[in-house]
Amino acid sequence: MSTETLTARLRDSAAVRHLATWDAAIIAATIAFLVVAAQTVEHFGTARNAGYIILDLAPILLLALAMTLIVTTGEIDLSVASTVGLTSAAMGVMWNSGIPLETIMPLAVVLGALLGAVNGLFITGFGLPSLAVTIGTLALYRGLSYVLLGDTAVADWPRAFTGWVLGTIGETQVPNVLIPLAALAAVVAVVLHATTVGRAVYAAGANPIAAAYAGVPVRRLKFWLYVASGAMAGLCGVFWTLRYSSARADNAFGLELTVVAVVLLGGVSIFGGKGALPGVLAAVVLLTALQNALRLAHVSTEALTVVTGSLLIAAVLAPNTASAIRGALRHRQRRTV
Amino acid sequence: MTALLKRPSRGTAAGTGSTALDLALRFRALGLLIALAVLVAATAAVNPRFLGLQSVQDMLFAAAITVLLASGMTVVVLTRGIDLSVGSVLGLSAYLTASLLSETGAPVVLALLAGLAIGAACGAANGAIIHFGKVPPLVATLGTLYIVRGLVYFAAGGSRVNASDLPRGFLDFGNGSVLGVPYLFLISLAVLVAVAVFLAGTRAGRDLYALGSNPEGARLVGVRAGRRLMTAYVLCGALAGLGGVLHAARFGTVDASAGHGLELTVVAAVVVGGVAIFGGSGTVLGAGLGALLLAVINNALPVLRIDQFWQQAIVGALILAAIALDRLVGLRAARALRRKGSHVD
Repeated sequence: MSTETLTARLRDSAAVRHLATWDAAIIAATIAFLVVAAQTVEHFGTARNAGYIILDLAPILLLALAMTLIVTTGEIDLSVASTVGLTSAAMGVMWNSGIPLETIMPLAVVLGALLGAVNGLFITGFGLPSLAVTIGTLALYRGLSYVLLGDTAVADWPRAFTGWVLGTIGETQVPNVLIPLAALAAVVAVVLHATTVGRAVYAAGANPIAAAYAGVPVRRLKFWLYVASGAMAGLCGVFWTLRYSSARADNAFGLELTVVAVVLLGGVSIFGGKGALPGVLAAVVLLTALQNALRLAHVSTEALTVVTGSLLIAAVLAPNTASAIRGALRHRQRRTV
Repeated sequence: MTALLKRPSRGTAAGTGSTALDLALRFRALGLLIALAVLVAATAAVNPRFLGLQSVQDMLFAAAITVLLASGMTVVVLTRGIDLSVGSVLGLSAYLTASLLSETGAPVVLALLAGLAIGAACGAANGAIIHFGKVPPLVATLGTLYIVRGLVYFAAGGSRVNASDLPRGFLDFGNGSVLGVPYLFLISLAVLVAVAVFLAGTRAGRDLYALGSNPEGARLVGVRAGRRLMTAYVLCGALAGLGGVLHAARFGTVDASAGHGLELTVVAAVVVGGVAIFGGSGTVLGAGLGALLLAVINNALPVLRIDQFWQQAIVGALILAAIALDRLVGLRAARALRRKGSHVD
């Protein structure tokens, strides 16, 4: 057996073990929280409230799906919330000029994809750091949405569409949006965990140079991930506009931080190469349900900002500390032997 | 690389890539000055009152706090770090010092010291999480951005400090000026000069460049990474804390949202000022000029009859242009080095 396959196997197994523990922990924490909150917080466990939680988590989930892939390749996209704002503002302008909504919705997704392609071009084409580029486009896209709409709002969206977004399936309490959300999550999960594209994403994040030598088109892959991220943000812009029946320049302001927090909390390594979708999905549910429960319990949502921040740091600190302790123990063992 | 190689190569091989890069870096400060001059001239041509005392003073007031925070941010970014928590730290310091003053009427100096201490404590927490916890700066300071803002909300609990509660002397300090230059701007300028001297002329300052250029190499030559990183984050936090006191003195009314989103403006100023986001290169003078440019753009837009809503889009475009320019300069310098047959690649 060559040393290459041996080390690869070792790394894989270590990664798998890390994922298994972190994913299990975050999923268990989510389930435990849901159970406890349903027992202790009034109105939390009702079907109607579950529907509200799903509506609340939809935008975070849409953005987190693409962000998971991007962070796994070792990059970041801070411009997603601004892309939501710009597509929403563009929808408002198109609607005001009399374009039918059936045409506006796909155009919004295409616009999002184009905005993502701009990010991708700067990052993979010119070789610029994604952090700096997407901080730039964060300001640029948000600025352009203010240029489009100023501080006005477009609110006369047709009932048929806003009603569908807020509505439930038949007589049940299951929201209509759950089905497309679940389908998208399933597609991303399959792509990341069961296709060569997914393996390429991990390879590009773990060691871009080795991945390139192994035939992974790292730059092209990253470019298309930014396009996908933009398209998801465009879709999120459509959802946001219809859900709140309002196209405004400041829609989804600051949401990028929540999305990054959720992805890291879900066990995706900021250094790339490690992470899995189930953990991210659990983190999305946990954060949204926590927010919802605090609101129902009349606890100030300020408490949530402290909790989110602490969890974010703990998500990285905990595995680091654990491995440091393991390392120290192994070191001592070796010395005694 | 640049910082480490600058000194030796200047003596041994004049005219190689290092000096070309030197020129490019100096060109950045020069380029910013030219951009500033063109912008001011064009705006003044449209409306001469843009150069009036009141207008210039407004710009200096607006630039003061960004310049101050950009000085601290430069120190952190040079080490390959970033501090996203500065806006929240400014808010915490502004609220706590304002309520201290409104309740006790403490002298201005005490308020400044309190602000510095609050900021330094937050910076020390950032530094400890980053160095001892091995948490990447982006994640750590994103976390403290949330936590510190949450603390401000807890402290404020929906209330706010009004200008009428603050001592007269404090507000005079915040809005006063000497020979037309606001006190606040003088403080920022003094800090900027001090940080520039620290970065260029002290061993600790050079170590920060070394850490940003090549962390492993810096450790191998004996740079005490932990101590230096702590210094950088404590300094950045302390300046954000000082900025909070200046904010309170300038505006008088302080609520829990003070400084919200300010981190982006500060990072923008630093990047536009030519400090490389991946560390090791850039000057605090450039960052200060970047902050000044943003403030001038902000004040020039209404004079030029450009919709105020363009402001943020222009900031974004400037950031992209600045990093693209850096990349171009870097590529040209690398090519120049290779042509000269230098051993550096």
